[in-house]
Amino acid sequence: MTHLTDLTAKTAIDAITSGDLDAAELFDAYRSAAAAEDLNAYTWVADQTPDLGAAAAAPLRGVPLAVKDLFCTAGVPSQAGSRILEGYRPPHTATVVERLAAAGTSLLGKTNQDEFAMGSSNENSAYGPVKNPWDRSRVPGGSSGGSAAAVAAGLAPWALGTDTGGSIRQPAALCGIVGLKPTYGTVSRYGMIAFASSLDQAGPFARDVTDVALLYSHMHGRDPRDATSVGHPEATVLPTAERMDGLRLGVPEDLTGEGVEPGVMAAFEAALQTARDLGASVERVALPHADYGLSAYYVIAPAEASSNLARFDGVRYGRRSGADDLVSMYTKTRHDYFGDEVKRRILIGTYALSSGFYDAYYAGAQKVRTLIARDFTAAFAGVDLIVTPTSPGVAFPLGAKTDDPLAMYLNDYFTVPISLAGLPAISLPCGLSEGLPVGLQLAGPAFSENRILDAAYAWERALAFDSTPSRIGAAR
Amino acid sequence: MSVEYETVIGLEIHVQLKTNTKMFCSCALTFGEPPNTRTCPVCLGLPGALPVANAEAIHLGLMIGMALGCELAPRSKFDRKQYFYPDLPKGYQISQFDEPLCAGGGIGGVRIHRVHLEEDAAKLVHAGTSGRIHGSAASVVDFNRGGTPLAEIVTEPDISSAEQAGEFLRLLRTTLRVLGVSDVNMEEGSLRCDANISIRPVGQAELGVKTELKNMNSFRYIEKGIRAEVARQEALLRAGEPVTQETLHFDPRTEQLTSMRSKEEAHDYRYFPEPDLTPVLITPDMLERAHAALPELPAARQERFERDLSLHPDTAKLLAWRTELGDWFEAALAASPAGYDAAAAGPLANWTTNELITRLGTDVDPATSNVAPAALAQLVALVAAKTVTANAGKQVLDVLVAEGGDPAAIIEAQGLGAVGGEDTLAPVVQAALEANPAIAERLRGGDMKPMGVIIGHVMRETKGRADGGEVTKLVRAELGL
Repeated sequence: MTHLTDLTAKTAIDAITSGDLDAAELFDAYRSAAAAEDLNAYTWVADQTPDLGAAAAAPLRGVPLAVKDLFCTAGVPSQAGSRILEGYRPPHTATVVERLAAAGTSLLGKTNQDEFAMGSSNENSAYGPVKNPWDRSRVPGGSSGGSAAAVAAGLAPWALGTDTGGSIRQPAALCGIVGLKPTYGTVSRYGMIAFASSLDQAGPFARDVTDVALLYSHMHGRDPRDATSVGHPEATVLPTAERMDGLRLGVPEDLTGEGVEPGVMAAFEAALQTARDLGASVERVALPHADYGLSAYYVIAPAEASSNLARFDGVRYGRRSGADDLVSMYTKTRHDYFGDEVKRRILIGTYALSSGFYDAYYAGAQKVRTLIARDFTAAFAGVDLIVTPTSPGVAFPLGAKTDDPLAMYLNDYFTVPISLAGLPAISLPCGLSEGLPVGLQLAGPAFSENRILDAAYAWERALAFDSTPSRIGAAR
Repeated sequence: MSVEYETVIGLEIHVQLKTNTKMFCSCALTFGEPPNTRTCPVCLGLPGALPVANAEAIHLGLMIGMALGCELAPRSKFDRKQYFYPDLPKGYQISQFDEPLCAGGGIGGVRIHRVHLEEDAAKLVHAGTSGRIHGSAASVVDFNRGGTPLAEIVTEPDISSAEQAGEFLRLLRTTLRVLGVSDVNMEEGSLRCDANISIRPVGQAELGVKTELKNMNSFRYIEKGIRAEVARQEALLRAGEPVTQETLHFDPRTEQLTSMRSKEEAHDYRYFPEPDLTPVLITPDMLERAHAALPELPAARQERFERDLSLHPDTAKLLAWRTELGDWFEAALAASPAGYDAAAAGPLANWTTNELITRLGTDVDPATSNVAPAALAQLVALVAAKTVTANAGKQVLDVLVAEGGDPAAIIEAQGLGAVGGEDTLAPVVQAALEANPAIAERLRGGDMKPMGVIIGHVMRETKGRADGGEVTKLVRAELGL
C-alpha cells in the first residue's frame, strides 16, 4: 500500500486538483509523521492542521512545506539552530516563505540545522544533531541537514534550505535526495538569518527533480526588500528531457579520484557513462583556481559572518546573560549562547577584517574569488555543464569529524567554488556506496537553472535511483 | 623667547537629510514622535532584515556635492563600520569608507575633503545624573532616529581660528538650508559638528597632535569650545607637556573640557564592503535631476550682489549668507520707485544691513517685523531725493519698526521733512554761530575741527532735519571763508 507521504509533491498536487486527495488529509499525514519523528529533523512542527481553503485553491494546493529554521516565520520559532535565539519568534516572515505561502504551500515545520548554517554535518546545532534516515548512526550532512533528512525520510514532501558553500547540495547528496542551489540573487534573502551575505542562497529540496523545479519556479523573483536580488531572465519550466543529446559535460581536470572515496568515484564514473549513453559528451575542463576555493571561502564567509552575527548582543532579542556592565553583558551573552564553531568563525572573520590584515586576507580572498569566477566563465565557453561528485564521501558517522574542523571543511571541496562564483548547481543521487547515497553535482552558468533541471531530469530517469532510504539503523 | 602658535582645524559635519523615509528602510522620518514608533525589522536590526538604499538620500547627497563643488563619483559603495553599542542595533553602521559619494571641492575658502552618506544611530537616554552610559543605572534606546540618512561632510584642515570655523559653518548651514536638503537645526541635532584641533609653532610644516572635540550643538559653543581647547593645548606646550590624541567633550554650562573614556574610542572599525547592498552607480539622469534641483547658492548670490549691484563685499556677504535677509532685501529693491535698479541697491543695502538690523536685533528675520520691504525702499528713495535727511530718515525708521506704516505719511505727520535752502536754514546757522562765539572764532581762523559743534547745534535745533553738507556750506558763507 502506498502511504500518502510517499507521493511526490507534484503527484499529490495533481491528485488534489483532480479531487482524489484532500489537502488537509495530506497535511495531517505529514504532520503526524513529523510530530512522531526520531531523527531530530524538526525543531518545531505545526500543532494543528491549518485551514487550507485558500492554499488549496493556489497552484501548490496546500501541500506542506518544511522550512529551515533560519528563515524567519512570523510568530513561529526561528532560532537558526542557535541557543542565542532560543524561543525567538520574529514579527516578520522571509520573502521566499511568503511567496511560497502565496503559491499555496502550508508551513509544516521548521527544520534543524547547523547553528547559523555553519557546518557540514548538522552536529553544530544547539538543538542536537540530526540523524541520517539511511543510517541513524550517521550524519545527514549540513548545514540544511534537518530539511534533507525530513524529505528523505518522508517527513516532508519538500523543504527549503540555504546554501552558502554547499549547505543544500551536500546534505541532499548524503540523504539521497535532490537539492538545488540557485544562481545567487534569484531568490530573495530577506528574512533569512544571514551567515555570509554574499554567498547565502535559498533553494529547494525534494525527492525528485520535478518537485525541485516546481518549488523553485515559485521561489525566485526580484524582491524590492533585497538590494542584491535579481529577476530570473526566464520562467522555470518543468523538465521533460529524456535524452542528453549534444550536451557537453565538463569534468574538472584535477578530479582524478584523489581525496575522493573510491565508492563515490565509482558511482560518479558510472553516472558519466549513463550520460554518454543518453547522448552527452564528457570532456575535461580546466578550473585552475578552484583548488583555492576552500581557502578563500573560509576567509570570506567567516568575515561576513563575524559582522552579520554582531547583532546578537543580548540588547533587543534572544538570550541575554546578566552582568554588571555593558561590555560584560555583551561578552557573557555571546560566550554563553554561541556554539564553538560559531565562535571559531567569528574569531577567524574578525581577525581577517582587522586593520593590517584586511589586504592579506579579505581583499586577497576576494581576488581569488574573482579568478575562480573567471575560470568558470572560461570553462563554460567550451562545455554546457560541469559535473563533479557533490561530496568526496558518503554520510560519515556522527562524531567522526567533530574534532577536526579541516576534515569537516573538505566536505565542501566541490561545492564551494561554485558558491564563490554565484552559479547554480544541483545535486542528485546517482547511486550507492557502501549502501549510502552518492550525490552528483551539476553546475551551469548564471541563470541556467532550466538547462540544469532538464539534464538532471533525463539523468534521474536513466539512473532510476530509489530515493527511499534503506534504513540501516531502524525501521521507519 | 616666546613661541607663537598657529591653530589648525578640520571639521566633520553630520547633516540629517530631509527625506520622507529612513536611509535603508521605509520607516517615516518625523521628529518628536513617541519613542520606538517609527521602527521596522530593518532599522531594529532584526535577524534576516536587509537594507535598501534610499534613492532620495543619494539625490540629496549629489545636490550637496554639487553645491560644494565636489567631484561626484560615478561609482561609490557602502561599507560596514563595526563596533558594539546599544544605539547601533546591527553591531555596525552602514557608511561609506574608501569610495565616498563626493570628494574634493570647497566653500568659503575651506576645502572639502569628502562627502559621504551613512545612517544615524539610535538615541540613548541614560537614567541618573552622569548623562553617559557608564555610571547610569539604566539606559533606554529610542530607535526612531536610528537609520536617519546622514551626509557627513569632512573639511580639509584649512581653518585657523574659532571665528573662521564659525563663519564657515554659518555659510555651510545657509547653503544646506537653501538647498532644502536638511532642517540644519543644531538643537534638534539635524546639524552636528565635530572639530579636529591641533596647534603648531608658526612656520613648522608638520601638524601637531590633534584632539577631537565632539558633538557640539550650537555655533556659539563650537567657537567657545575651540577657543578653550586651543588655550588648553597652548598651555600644555608652553609648560613643555605633550598634547595627547583624545576625544574631548565640551560642556557649554561649565565651559569645561573632559576627556571621553578611551575605551569608547579605541576602535578598529574593521570596515568592509556592505555585502547586502550593490554599489551606487550615478547615471547622467541622476546628475541632471540633482543639477536641475539646485537653487542659487549663497556664494553665487554674494557674487551676483557684488557684480550686478556693486555692493560692498561685506554687505553682499551678509545679505547672501543670511538667506532671509537677502530675500527681504531683494523684495525691497524690487519695490523701489526706480524698480530693481543697481543705483538704488547700495543705499538700500546699507539701510538694511546697518539701520534695520540694528533696530530689529541680529537674528531677527525682517519678514517678521512691522517694516514692509516697500516702506524701507520708499524711505531710502526719499532720503536720496533729500526730501528727508538721513538723520530724520532714521527717526522715520524707528516709527516703521515700532508701528509700521508709510514713510511719507510719517514724515508729514511728524514734521520730519528736510529743512533746507538759505532762507530757512541760514538764520539757524547764524544763531548757532552766535551761541558759540569761541568756536566761531576758531573757524574764522581756519581751524575747521570744531565744525561738528556747529552742525550738532543746528541739528538739535532742526531735530535732525538739516543736511550736514548744507550747514557747512552756510557756515563758510556766513564767516566769509
